[in-house]
Amino acid sequence: MAVLDKMEAQLRPVETLMVPYPAKYITQASGEKLVVHQLTREDVPHLLKAIQPLTTVEKDFYDVVGCRVVSELVGWMRYRVKDEYCLVGTVNGEIVGMVNGRMLTDKIGMSYHTLAIRQGLRLGAQLFAAKMEYHMDFLKQDEVWVVAESPNGFKRWMIEYELEPRFEQWHELGGVPTYVLTRKLWEKHKAAKCGGRRPVPEELLAVAKQMTLPSIYGQIPGYKRGE
Amino acid sequence: MREVGIVGVGHPPFGKYEGSLMAMLCEAAVAALDDAGLKTGAGHGVDQVLVSSMGASQVNRQTGVASALVDTLNLRPAMAETVENGPASGASAVKLGYMAIVSGMCDVVLVVGGERMRVLSGWEATDFVATMLHPEAEYAYGLTLPSFAGMFTRLIMAKYGVTERDLAMVSVKNHQNAMFNPAAHIQLVPDLEAITEDEDALTINPYVAEPLHLYDTCPVSDGAAAVVLCALDVKERFAKRPVKIAGIGQATDTHVVAEREVPTDLFAVRRAAERAYAMAGLGPQDIDVAELHDAFTILEIVEAEEVGFFPRGEGHLAVRRGETRIGGRIPINTSGGLKAKGHPLGATGVSQIIELVRQLRGEADGRQVKDAQAGLAVNFGGFGNNVVATILTREEE
Repeated sequence: MAVLDKMEAQLRPVETLMVPYPAKYITQASGEKLVVHQLTREDVPHLLKAIQPLTTVEKDFYDVVGCRVVSELVGWMRYRVKDEYCLVGTVNGEIVGMVNGRMLTDKIGMSYHTLAIRQGLRLGAQLFAAKMEYHMDFLKQDEVWVVAESPNGFKRWMIEYELEPRFEQWHELGGVPTYVLTRKLWEKHKAAKCGGRRPVPEELLAVAKQMTLPSIYGQIPGYKRGE
Repeated sequence: MREVGIVGVGHPPFGKYEGSLMAMLCEAAVAALDDAGLKTGAGHGVDQVLVSSMGASQVNRQTGVASALVDTLNLRPAMAETVENGPASGASAVKLGYMAIVSGMCDVVLVVGGERMRVLSGWEATDFVATMLHPEAEYAYGLTLPSFAGMFTRLIMAKYGVTERDLAMVSVKNHQNAMFNPAAHIQLVPDLEAITEDEDALTINPYVAEPLHLYDTCPVSDGAAAVVLCALDVKERFAKRPVKIAGIGQATDTHVVAEREVPTDLFAVRRAAERAYAMAGLGPQDIDVAELHDAFTILEIVEAEEVGFFPRGEGHLAVRRGETRIGGRIPINTSGGLKAKGHPLGATGVSQIIELVRQLRGEADGRQVKDAQAGLAVNFGGFGNNVVATILTREEE
């Protein structure tokens, strides 16, 4: 590890040791396997290439979510966010979506974003469930603060999980109303929402870690990478 | 009696529409007029416009939709009415257009069906659709269409041995068909084993109304579809050879489902089909392709029995034998059905008829049924309390 200059050392947040998220896989309705695994800072530049095309898509607020995710990931990569993490979903090695968040305290989780690149299989819902699983079952937190920036998100999280409204509490993403997944709600909805098996077979995990960039974006008709 | 045909169809993709209800209706209408070789504006030649929509006033806060459409498209001074008959609004509007032409009052009628439902959450959409149930005996107790379908499925399973896997097979078939229909909302094929047997099956295909799963129920869709009807005695005005409306039948049943003598029968489907067959001078054996109202997969199976394709209680066996697939004895829901193409309520009946027109014109591309001569559509309102059956036939040169 490179030696940090004094100023940089002072700028970086003090990090908490976080239990890693163990990879899992979920069979999709298409028969394909969605593998969810945790990224490191070193993976961020590659993941950004998958997200950047969506940062100008107005439909379903992909622009808002995409731009903020890029910012959050760059902030994490460059040590300007404390205790952030990122989970990525891949199908046949291709990046199909991601989720991120951070620990606000040891008891409270701060959900950032859920971005589904491939649409139609409810991958976003499964990735969101994986994120909540990380906070609740692995980080052992009591609650997670969640906001929605798109109607789809609101339907999937606030309504389907019956999240508790707690508007007096400010979420880090700004003035969007805050809702909370409590442990009681998690226990109520976990069985129906959170699927998957562990461990991921080595071969499947190796393919997942290739993280090939999406060649098709349903949100961008006619998209061709590099153009 | 004057004969009536369809000379134009317009069917933009179903799914999520970003514009207004009126913009969506206009897209479908213009596509149908183009297909018929008609133009908007002076000399348009449309005598009557009928718009079918169940929720325009309730969901989109717009009334007088047909009048607005006529003015927006510059089709004045055509007559205009909006038709509401629950999820059977579309076929009802086609029926009324047919009657207007047969009566001699009109030569050309434009029928446009449309619904913009994706502004609602799934719960809100379910509640809105449930407003067609009996207000005191059903709706007040929290009953919904999925809940009726779930109870109905249980009875059918117990009586005839239908399984959840049979229902999933219907779903997979319809999704496969939808892959050949660019207008279909859902463009993916579920894997039968993954949605029925896999360890994750209940996560990716959860129960919606047990024993019905997510993949047994239609999605909430925006969409519009339009047809141009004409008297066959003026067919020379149009660019395309008409597809004939050979028979229309409609029947009703008790509003309160619990009051039905046999709860597993869909009497109105049977009676509507019988009336349509009688009018067309055809029987179930003459039908080459069918669009049945599969808002829930169980309905495709039971409706196929009620319209006479299979003996009662044997529809699921035909599914197992592949008889309802394209290439089978009687292909059903080649468009993808409500299950995969989507079910924007007021558009659905029109959309079903468009699929038959495409099949009978030989324009159905990868889902074409070879040499189709006659098609049947069943548009199902309420939980089967108001059903319209329409039979189309290919007009010979």
